[in-house]
Amino acid sequence: MAFVSSGYNTDKPMENRISDIGPKKYDLFYPPVIAKNKGKWLYHEILKPGVLVHVSETGDEVFTVRCGGARLMSTTHIREICEIAEKHCDGHLRFTTRNNIEFMVDSKDKVEPLIQDLESRKFDGGSFKFPVGGTGAGVTNIVHTQGWVHCHTPATDASGPVKATMDVLFDDFKDHKLPAQLRVSLACCLNMCGAVHCSDIAILGYHRKPPMLDHEYLDKMCEIPLAIAACPTAAIKPAKVEVNGETLKSVAVKNERCMFCGNCYTMCPSMPLADTEGDGIVIMAGGKVSNRISAPKFSKVVVAFLPNEAPRWPSTTATIKKIVEAYSAGANKYERVGEWAERIGWERFFDKCELPFTHHLIDDFRDPAYYTWRQTSQFKF
Amino acid sequence: MAKHATPLLDQLESGPWPSFVSDLKQEAAARAKNENNIEYQISQDAVEDLLGVLELSYNHGRCHWKHGGIVGVFGYGGGVIGRYCDQPEMFPGVAHFHTMRVNQPGGKFYTAEYLRKLCDLWDFRGSGITNMHGSTGDIIFLGTTTPQIEEIFWELSHDLEQDLGGSGSNLRTPSDCIGAARCEYACYDTQAICYDLTQEYQDELHRPAFPYKFKFKFDGCPNCCVASIARSDISFIGTWRDDIKIDQEAVQAYIGGEIPPNGNAHSGRDWGAFDIDKEVINLCPTNCMWMEGKDLKIDTKECTRCMHCINVMPRALRIGDDRGLSMLVGAKAPILDGAQMGSLLVPFVKVEEPYDEIKEVIEAIWDYWMEEGKNRERLGELMKRQGFQKLLAATGIDPVAQHVQEPRSNPYIFWNEEEVEGGWDRDVNEFRKHHLR
Repeated sequence: MAFVSSGYNTDKPMENRISDIGPKKYDLFYPPVIAKNKGKWLYHEILKPGVLVHVSETGDEVFTVRCGGARLMSTTHIREICEIAEKHCDGHLRFTTRNNIEFMVDSKDKVEPLIQDLESRKFDGGSFKFPVGGTGAGVTNIVHTQGWVHCHTPATDASGPVKATMDVLFDDFKDHKLPAQLRVSLACCLNMCGAVHCSDIAILGYHRKPPMLDHEYLDKMCEIPLAIAACPTAAIKPAKVEVNGETLKSVAVKNERCMFCGNCYTMCPSMPLADTEGDGIVIMAGGKVSNRISAPKFSKVVVAFLPNEAPRWPSTTATIKKIVEAYSAGANKYERVGEWAERIGWERFFDKCELPFTHHLIDDFRDPAYYTWRQTSQFKF
Repeated sequence: MAKHATPLLDQLESGPWPSFVSDLKQEAAARAKNENNIEYQISQDAVEDLLGVLELSYNHGRCHWKHGGIVGVFGYGGGVIGRYCDQPEMFPGVAHFHTMRVNQPGGKFYTAEYLRKLCDLWDFRGSGITNMHGSTGDIIFLGTTTPQIEEIFWELSHDLEQDLGGSGSNLRTPSDCIGAARCEYACYDTQAICYDLTQEYQDELHRPAFPYKFKFKFDGCPNCCVASIARSDISFIGTWRDDIKIDQEAVQAYIGGEIPPNGNAHSGRDWGAFDIDKEVINLCPTNCMWMEGKDLKIDTKECTRCMHCINVMPRALRIGDDRGLSMLVGAKAPILDGAQMGSLLVPFVKVEEPYDEIKEVIEAIWDYWMEEGKNRERLGELMKRQGFQKLLAATGIDPVAQHVQEPRSNPYIFWNEEEVEGGWDRDVNEFRKHHLR
């Protein structure tokens, strides 16, 4: 189709240019009940999974219906969200940090029609468009990264494993039967565009093969010193190589020093790591970001590697299900996965979750490793 | 009829959770049909080809996107991320498929009217595929071509009065929790300060001048719903200094079972009757609570504001009135040298417009990091390399015991010469008069 100009003049890019205006101001979009009661909220209650009421000192109430969804979202889907917001919420809505959609209404009688409308909408393939849930002591939506749909460094997909995992954990999205909230996150490589390193359960894409070296192009595509400096273990050094009888500047990689972080590839496209068999998933567990009771914690590696099994990643989802079930059976009320593991001991965590302990799980990366070894005679048989 | 067969992706249409495959397919069909006669400015087949290239990745177990590519809008160094397909002949509709980051509104509140305008623009000049939202918080427009980028920016800035977000070595788009807008735990107005700092630092956000990325995130209370403590170079966490406010009648209502604990968050299982000793008092990390007859008592001085008691009994306990925030600095994900949690730098500061005290700390940190940080070194890594004392010196903040979990267990103190009486210059011959060789 023909190019349609917006009014931008390529020859005079500064003419009538508007820049540095920032985002829309937040209060332009507040529903009236939010604008009126901001800073005046007294308390909240979850009426049932996915449905919250917040009560203000003015006596006003706001009812929120939270529903899950894929963060990879089409404009067709967004327009449907808009239609729902206009039908039930005077055109207002919000998204949560964990990719849920929240519809807010100002009286209780508007809640059930909204829920019924949301739950009645399904995609042609049969899945719910707007499942209501994601509150309280359950599983909420998975925060995740791009994966194969749009990133150049992933070691696994994002949207696919998330869909497969949420299908398996769907009952816990719709219910409040866990000991505490359980946050699952996915990052498709260890750049971790999300905070998966502090999640109850983290799904992490990981490479296991050192970079390939595209010698013929390397010096043309990359700044060799930057590629060398990018390596955290100093595994890369400059090298001269013979290609088709020509001596070229390139790099050499000491493979046994590589921990497959991919930082070299970030700096140099001629050092790709991706591999069908080499790439897969690491499962980490026991992290949290809340300061509640105990301090925030990093997630720990509990499964070193699971293969990429597209389209439904059954080994990954089965492992997650096992961890969730063992946690649900064993933890005290209010105890997060990491707090439970620390109380019973990590050796017991592996028993309870029926996960094998392998040498990969013992830290050997730099100084902090030492602090994770057992330095007491106290342990469990 | 779909352009590419997608037998693997098709298996992700079943099951209860919303299927992104079904959504991509409905978008592909909508573009093919084009009921509104849109003059699509990028390939009408873009979503068909996106499904096709994703199916190929599902077959190969590898992505099919090339590495980066410098694209952007004039005068900015961020907000647009170049993306090219490595099989452009098979999938011409996504051969050039750049990302644009659009700075989200605070609290991620929207009106349908505004969202539709974004959709209209993105259907016309892009793929119609988005992320709502990216991990940092932006609205993500996923997939357009180079000639459209300036056009989109023009329409965003002129018609929607909306700017791009950050990418690259600059201030990334700040993000906030819902805060006082709908949460009784908010110790400060997260959206107000997030907006103010975003506007104040537009230059830092759009024009990369930093060693690497820099993130601000605003959590209204120590529950940390936006995970600021784990992933932002400066984490702003709401807190308070005075007493937790207690409604003793409501405490009794919890004890009597009239109000469900934790806002009814545990309704799916029978955990037995609420037991205030077991569920609140004995779980308090500092043991600063007790019952005196029918009254719940809290020794505020010993409280570390973990939020547990307030979370369990939101109708009986409320955050104090002397509110402000703590600033923790240097958090990051593992790459390269391992993950880092934010470290406490400013224990308490009042949150009052125009936030001068907070901005002074921010700017002192930036000066230090821009002076000392290496290329692609996050603030947390610089702090690890040079030590926390350097950051204290750079920000002019006095050391307090709150800064550490525990004092050092080695005596290898880097004394400054001026701290040691007489300095370091000594006469060895004078010494030898009393100590024979």
